[in-house]
Amino acid sequence: MKYLCLIYEDETFWTRTPKPELDAVMGDYRAFGTTYIQSGHILGGNALQPTATATTIRVRNGKMSTTDGPFAETREQLGGYYLLEAKDLNEAIQIAAKIPGAKTGSVEVRPIMEVPESVLNLMSESSVSA
Amino acid sequence: MPDLEVGDASTSEARAAVERVYRSESRRVLATLIRLLGDFDLAEEALHDAFTAAVQQWPASGVPANPRAWLVSAGRFKAVDQERRRAKHAAARDAIADGLALRNTPPPDIDDESLDDDWLRLLFTCCHPALSDDARIALTLREVCDLTTEQVARAFLSTPPTIAQRIVRAKAKIRDAGIPYAIPTRADMPERLDAVLHVIYLVFNEGYSATSGDAVVRSDLTREAIRLARLLLDLLPGEGEICGLLALMLLHDSRRDTRTTAEGDLVLLADQDRTAWDQAEIEEGLELVRLALRAPRYGSYAVQAAIAALHAQAPTAAETDWSEIAGLYDVLLGIDASPVVELNRAVAIAMRDGPEAGLALVDAIVAGGSLDRYHLAHAARADLLARLGRSDEAATAYERALRLASQAPERRFIERRIAEVRGLASSTLSS
Repeated sequence: MKYLCLIYEDETFWTRTPKPELDAVMGDYRAFGTTYIQSGHILGGNALQPTATATTIRVRNGKMSTTDGPFAETREQLGGYYLLEAKDLNEAIQIAAKIPGAKTGSVEVRPIMEVPESVLNLMSESSVSA
Repeated sequence: MPDLEVGDASTSEARAAVERVYRSESRRVLATLIRLLGDFDLAEEALHDAFTAAVQQWPASGVPANPRAWLVSAGRFKAVDQERRRAKHAAARDAIADGLALRNTPPPDIDDESLDDDWLRLLFTCCHPALSDDARIALTLREVCDLTTEQVARAFLSTPPTIAQRIVRAKAKIRDAGIPYAIPTRADMPERLDAVLHVIYLVFNEGYSATSGDAVVRSDLTREAIRLARLLLDLLPGEGEICGLLALMLLHDSRRDTRTTAEGDLVLLADQDRTAWDQAEIEEGLELVRLALRAPRYGSYAVQAAIAALHAQAPTAAETDWSEIAGLYDVLLGIDASPVVELNRAVAIAMRDGPEAGLALVDAIVAGGSLDRYHLAHAARADLLARLGRSDEAATAYERALRLASQAPERRFIERRIAEVRGLASSTLSS
């Protein structure tokens, strides 16, 4: 199964933490990435720019509104993600627990919805005809 | 058990046999069917079909030598047939292929060991930490203990639709989030076992501490919790915390008949009739405490059980070994620090060193803030003040406790205490 691991943490961590400690955390992320890319568990992942760069879009009654910032103001912000391939939730949890951000923030593990092939075919057909 | 259609009187003997087997085996057969069919709902349907087949066939064929294995095979084939019929109606060819593949796989090994493993798979899956406490409790009582949704709803003062929905959602999460039907690995075992024991403990507490609702169903809950812990200990012998939790529950349960008066009023531990405590449960509990404390891994349940054991062993309240109990609360604080444990330790120290020493500790805990809304913290403080003869302050503290208490018997108890210390206060003034 595929799981998306969403890393939430207080994003001021990255601005207020002294450089030697930040380097150590970056080292932890590199080590984590190397291990689980080699094992085939990590399919992808990225760090995100801080929420100050975020824009939230809504379309209501055909009219688009654009607002500054993330959808919700919370103590922890989405800071990055990994897409994992794991046998089951237990394996996904084991790997997610090793993401360095789990030690300072939290990691939400969400299974990717499996869309049946028949539906995928329909979707691609409609996009061709559109 | 499911409603079975009984054809005539000649089947009544077989039906009795089926009912016996249902009571002893149905959860293990279900656990194996979930593994074989990979789906809770399919397995439940198959279980029902298997027992229906047993009622139909056992009168003629006799009760099979291994009823578990018979029922697993019958349930599995019924499920395959069902799947094929559904596939025909829906014209879903791949489902037919799956069904045939299942039919063509060799019959599963069904021995006692694999059935025990399946029962553990079921329990660990129902108690998976990715499910909420409420979901784990409902699912465990429904699937592992075979309580009906109506029984679970009554026990938790909820409605059957609410409980049913909770169970449906939990099963959906197991399926969609990929919670595996598996016994935890050795590395995961401590955390996963804690989750299972937590569920058993919550079930027990609901039966033991709640004072409203249907009393009969409530004692069902304590019995189910004790039964689950026994089965679990059978399969994972020597696990310190299972021994500890089972001991803790038995030692508490041994006092069940002396905890309230016939009118439903609370009786304090010191005032309970110790001759009416269940000696068999105490003996078993004490032996388990010894085992728990010798185990390589013991934790808070074992220490709490050791404290309960000291109470159970004291011939009178006055002879309680408070010094040892205070020491055990120190150990408990080291394992599982919480303000409630600190409060209990303060009460034990008050019993050992006098109310003054206890009051200083309780005041510090309440000043810390986290127990300011906890009625028992104020009740404990009031009790210590009363013992020091500071009746007016005691009454004020009891009144604060009364404002925070919600259980009727506890409220009546506090009201009686207020009357007592007020009486004392006025007599002190008049003297």
